[in-house]
Amino acid sequence: MSNPVFDRIQSEISENAVVLYMKGTPVFPQCGFSARAVQILSHVGVPFKGVNVLEDGELREGIKSFTNWPTIPQLYVKGEFVGGCDILMEMFQNGELTALLDEKGVPHQAAA
Amino acid sequence: MAMPAGEIEALIKAALPDAQVTIEDLAGDGDHYAATVVSEAFRGRSRVQQHQLVYAALQGRMGGALHALALQTSAP
Repeated sequence: MSNPVFDRIQSEISENAVVLYMKGTPVFPQCGFSARAVQILSHVGVPFKGVNVLEDGELREGIKSFTNWPTIPQLYVKGEFVGGCDILMEMFQNGELTALLDEKGVPHQAAA
Repeated sequence: MAMPAGEIEALIKAALPDAQVTIEDLAGDGDHYAATVVSEAFRGRSRVQQHQLVYAALQGRMGGALHALALQTSAP
């Protein structure tokens, strides 16, 4: 029995190199953690697709069971779940984030 | 909805008996905490897996009763 929400997530994370499931939008984040995730991605200068889970209750719950991860935001790079805000922050601070992007061949520009 | 820090620590230690747990109440509202958890169970696991172990220990409260838990996990 296929799960339409999972199918949607799967196609989004396959069609976009970097996807951030978040509360609100990159321009108007509606949660501190989502806002911080957006800041980090903007700082490393990587284009990403922001998906506002607040617009879709099914997606908001479905994403949590898709990865067995209970919170939002959630970052995906090349279809792989990277982590939430804490992990993204830790990876950003110790350079692992840009290393991961390089390893996956995802172009990014360090902020000037 | 909120959770006392002691309950968070107890739940984590119930699932990870060897864990050293330090919890900081970020906002004083029982909803936003930062926790550092050190446990042998994390050795060899990815950061995502380590955090998932802690979330499992919290038995579904993460994202519900507990709105935010900034996690730092590591093996000893």
